[in-house]
Amino acid sequence: MANVQAGVPPTDKALDVEREGPRPRSDLSRQRLRSAWLFLAPMLLVLALVAGWPLVKTIWFSLTNASLSDLEGAEFVGLRNYWEYVDYGDGEGEYFGLLFDPQWWNAVYNTVYYSVISVAIETVLGLVFALVLNAEFKGRAFVRAAVLIPWAIPTIVSAKMWAWMMNDQFGILNDMLMTLGIISSPVAWTASPDTAMWAVIIVDVWKTTPFMALLILAGLQMVPGDVYEAAKIDGIHPVKVFWKVTLPLIRPAILVAVIFRALDALRVFDLIYVLTPNNTQTKSMSVFAQENLFQFDKFAYGSAASTLLFLVIAFITLFYIKIARLDLGGRGN
Amino acid sequence: MKFRNMAVAVAATALMSGGAAKADELALVAGSIGKDISELRMQLDAFEKESGHTVKIVEMPASTTDQFGQYRLWLSAGNEDVDVYRTDVIWAPQLAASFVDLSEAMKDEIPKHNPSVIQSQTVDGKLVAFPMYTDAPALYYRTDLLEKYGKEPPKTWAELTETAKEIQDKEREAGNSQMNGFVFQGAPYEGLTCDALEWVASNGGGQIVSPDGEITINNEKAAEAIEMAKGWIGTIAPEGVLSYKEEESRGVWQTGNAVFMRNWPYAYALSAGDDSAVKGKFDVVPLPAGEGGKSAACLGGWNLAVSKYSQHQDAAIALVKFLGSEKAQKERAMNTARLPTVPSLYDDPEIAEAQPIVTRWGDVVENAVPRPSAPTQKQYNEVSKEFWTAVNETMSGRGSAADNLDQLEKRLRRLKRSAWE
Repeated sequence: MANVQAGVPPTDKALDVEREGPRPRSDLSRQRLRSAWLFLAPMLLVLALVAGWPLVKTIWFSLTNASLSDLEGAEFVGLRNYWEYVDYGDGEGEYFGLLFDPQWWNAVYNTVYYSVISVAIETVLGLVFALVLNAEFKGRAFVRAAVLIPWAIPTIVSAKMWAWMMNDQFGILNDMLMTLGIISSPVAWTASPDTAMWAVIIVDVWKTTPFMALLILAGLQMVPGDVYEAAKIDGIHPVKVFWKVTLPLIRPAILVAVIFRALDALRVFDLIYVLTPNNTQTKSMSVFAQENLFQFDKFAYGSAASTLLFLVIAFITLFYIKIARLDLGGRGN
Repeated sequence: MKFRNMAVAVAATALMSGGAAKADELALVAGSIGKDISELRMQLDAFEKESGHTVKIVEMPASTTDQFGQYRLWLSAGNEDVDVYRTDVIWAPQLAASFVDLSEAMKDEIPKHNPSVIQSQTVDGKLVAFPMYTDAPALYYRTDLLEKYGKEPPKTWAELTETAKEIQDKEREAGNSQMNGFVFQGAPYEGLTCDALEWVASNGGGQIVSPDGEITINNEKAAEAIEMAKGWIGTIAPEGVLSYKEEESRGVWQTGNAVFMRNWPYAYALSAGDDSAVKGKFDVVPLPAGEGGKSAACLGGWNLAVSKYSQHQDAAIALVKFLGSEKAQKERAMNTARLPTVPSLYDDPEIAEAQPIVTRWGDVVENAVPRPSAPTQKQYNEVSKEFWTAVNETMSGRGSAADNLDQLEKRLRRLKRSAWE
């Protein structure tokens, strides 16, 4: 997840925040630094074991010719899974490898498309939900709990459930839309290339908006009430208050929520695997990797896909942190 | 009922003769379609009584593609929890290394079974899995509707298209708005490879990859067949057929909403059940052929393999022997219309009465077309995926059949490089 930064122990700078200007380190500061490392050590160790080791192993397999039935006998083959030129002689040849695989790039495109659209919709809807839930009204506690239900249902279950609702013959969705006269004949939501991706996005929005709402609501509740009182006394229009006061104050919360969601969305697997299996319109990077790792006899190639998946996500995350000027280190304003 | 009694009798004899030396706990993993699991449970109960072992069923999703991924993962991790795997006919070359060689243990049984099925499960002289039942699809049709409109069951795909269209349109005019002409398995998965192979092969377009490993799919006959199937979508078949597997198409058919269906024989037993809307109103014929071609049925079937990581291999082999035996196959044929791999059973009068499709299907099984799992070896799954993707994309309107087959040939060439491995 967003542990790119979290794995780094607090720097001198972070500890020195309260002090003015550079000063020689005191005994106290050195002692604090030491205990900081001491307290962090168990977490770093666990992280190295559960995150670092599998990652290194995956990268290693991506440089070999490993097959799932013979992992011990894997031999190093360099970057062949990523990039290979096979010379057929007579000046003819062909490029092989992940970087030249149009199906991989199709998966990258699908994943990014899905992530951008679904996270954007979820953020806007989540914000609306959060604003509503933040208002005082009767039965608020009940509504807050009820809103969480889609998030509480396991993805496999909700994907299966939606698959039935979207079924072209027996699905309730077609039935409702046809009764209302919006469509004239049933739509094959998960099968048609025009709607398959949107079917996935709809289910994801349904499922994940509560999560966004919750994170943003937490941010909203940090906003002190006196700010609003002051605005009211000054006679500021509520819409202006939202844009000039609320939004800037909850911006950090929104940005963090977006990065959480984006990281999840970029690794999407279960929803697509269950709702639209094997559909080239919706195949994500994770599905591509799984397919090569376990369905085909190409464990090394699948490992290469996993490695690139990791790199793509890391790159997008760093890019996002940079442009959003997100302060994950907690260094303060 | 009669079989139950027989099983009890056999069990009693076995117990009296001290047959159950040591009781093992076995686990058998199988996918679930129709009534397979309840039928299997019944037979396992008989086995438990006879042998004293206990057997637990680990139930998996219906899609063979989903099952395969899970099994490969378990086997490569050396999973000891599952002793017996129910395996698809196409898996033998890909999973051969993880299963026990059954040729020695089954040497008395083997001669009783169809040699080509045994052959399909033999990899480099090793019998990877023992047959449980074989499969060859049928064209299901509604006798009442064909009679109403004075039609004969179609012999060619063109006739099917025409008949389906006419009956569907007239039924819809008559207020039956849910009626569809034809349903089949159009979802992108292994089942579509079967369906499309039948269209192509029956049109004289070959078998995707020839038995000696040559890529033959990019030809006019094949393109013509797939183009024809594309013409069905939205006309005689609902657009949703592009996401239908066996059970989804059976759902439409069995609620009385389709004139024709392509499906495996298991649907025969279920369609004739008391809760079926088409009970007594349907029959089966072999699949139609292309113009000037010959009807082609894709060879399916499931087998039983013993994991080499199993801690109870002897008991597991006994279980496989039991479930693959003539007696068990007969029982299965009578209850769920699963086709036996013992040729003599096709003349069995009891089966003929219980499930007429079985005894009528001897010839179809005999002439069934195998998928190219033998020549493409460990790369079969990927070949199949490329094929079903090309077909599904064509049918959903992304590119013409000719272009997509051209693309497919290039992809298969890239996969194969110098030789299949």
